[in-house]
Amino acid sequence: MGFMNASESFVLAIGTKKGLWLATSQDRKQWSFSGPHFLMSEVPSIGIDTRDGRTRIMVGVRSEHWGPYVAHSDDLGASWTEPEQGAIKFPEGTDAAVERIWQIYPDAESRPGVVWAGAEPISVWKSTDGGEHFELNRGLWDHPHRSEWGAGYGGAAAHSIVVNPSGDKVHVAMSTGGVYRSLDGGTSWEPRNKGISAYFMPDPNPEFGQCVHKIAADAAVEGRLYAQNHHGVYRTDDNAENWESIAEGLPADFGFVMLTHPRRAGTAWVVPLKADGERIPPDGKLAVHRTDDAGSTWKRLDSGLPQSEFNAVLRDAASVDSAEPAGVYFGTRGGAVYASADEGETFAEVASHLPDVLCVRAAVVAGAPVAAGTGA
Amino acid sequence: MAEISVVLPSVLQPLAGGQSVLTTPADGAVTVGRLLDSVTGTYPVLARRLRDETGALRRYVNIYVNGEEVRRLRGLETEVSAGQEVLIIQSVAGG
Repeated sequence: MGFMNASESFVLAIGTKKGLWLATSQDRKQWSFSGPHFLMSEVPSIGIDTRDGRTRIMVGVRSEHWGPYVAHSDDLGASWTEPEQGAIKFPEGTDAAVERIWQIYPDAESRPGVVWAGAEPISVWKSTDGGEHFELNRGLWDHPHRSEWGAGYGGAAAHSIVVNPSGDKVHVAMSTGGVYRSLDGGTSWEPRNKGISAYFMPDPNPEFGQCVHKIAADAAVEGRLYAQNHHGVYRTDDNAENWESIAEGLPADFGFVMLTHPRRAGTAWVVPLKADGERIPPDGKLAVHRTDDAGSTWKRLDSGLPQSEFNAVLRDAASVDSAEPAGVYFGTRGGAVYASADEGETFAEVASHLPDVLCVRAAVVAGAPVAAGTGA
Repeated sequence: MAEISVVLPSVLQPLAGGQSVLTTPADGAVTVGRLLDSVTGTYPVLARRLRDETGALRRYVNIYVNGEEVRRLRGLETEVSAGQEVLIIQSVAGG
């Protein structure tokens, strides 16, 4: 879905430390909010699935008391369904339990019903029924490297899943472990981190062990991906065989976000933070940076953003929509959410003082805006 | 036959059809684990809120038998006698 018409509207989903907020808009300026849904549970992952002629919002929910689960809504949050037997749980014999669902990734338009999930402990899951039931990916779970993967500050998780259009190449990023690639649709996996530094390890260029914070695929160039690393911003043009730095021109190479354009080759966005030891926007000035040439040059975008901001933007707290021009959205740990309807040239604050924003997703959906309920 | 009652916190009651107390018949002592199997058997979502898929009690779910938290006793192996009441209470956690 690319271009807006009168029978389409926008949905913005904001997962926070204490619940989910949903908003709809006709023009990406005026937003009508509902929430909090799932009050007192964190919502670290959201997938908006617009395939199959319906809008399904899937959320990874986690209560400190009552544990994690996946729920979905087909009516923009008026009601939520949690499959009775649980959408995502480790099979018997693994002696593992899902701690947190970090990623919900609807697959390509050509594979309706297929949804991937990334979770903590480090694991990848696949659903073929629209996110109602996920199967553990055994190839990655049984990988001989498993015992050597580590935990970043936020926990040990598979947080990024990227599937190419034909479905044979799957890239997963985990913290810590780095990028793993499958060439057979997810059956077998190999690390692919050549060129990505792990300065925090004795050998700074290991085969695996990198702390990749987010990866995203170029919209139009097959085999090209971008990575925001724990220090370092990289691009690969050969399905992760080789990574090269594209950090030159950015004010800092630390950060969590990596977004790519829904259609245009070479366009990606990052939100730099100063450093591992100083996780604030450089000089306390929040800015998004966009490249339109696959990382050769970067443009600073801060129109409409606050003069002073000391909160970080987390890896999934940013999203693009599929409209023309593309919308760019992100939220801070200070509970502010910013939206741009012009690819980041200008932003407007659309929500303030929410709990820490963990996940933001936006989509163009069929139908006029609906006043969403306040359920869950 | 005597019964054992399990008292749910209000936040979990919607997952048990709105009931605040679940009961199961018992003519002798049963373990807390068996008791949970029994009273949550028809409420699988409720069961998952209390225990993860390995069967372990979730970290911030406290179960009291005779006023004692079961982790101080024998955990899910703690025995409950017919006629007793078991309390499920969420611990003070979170920010």
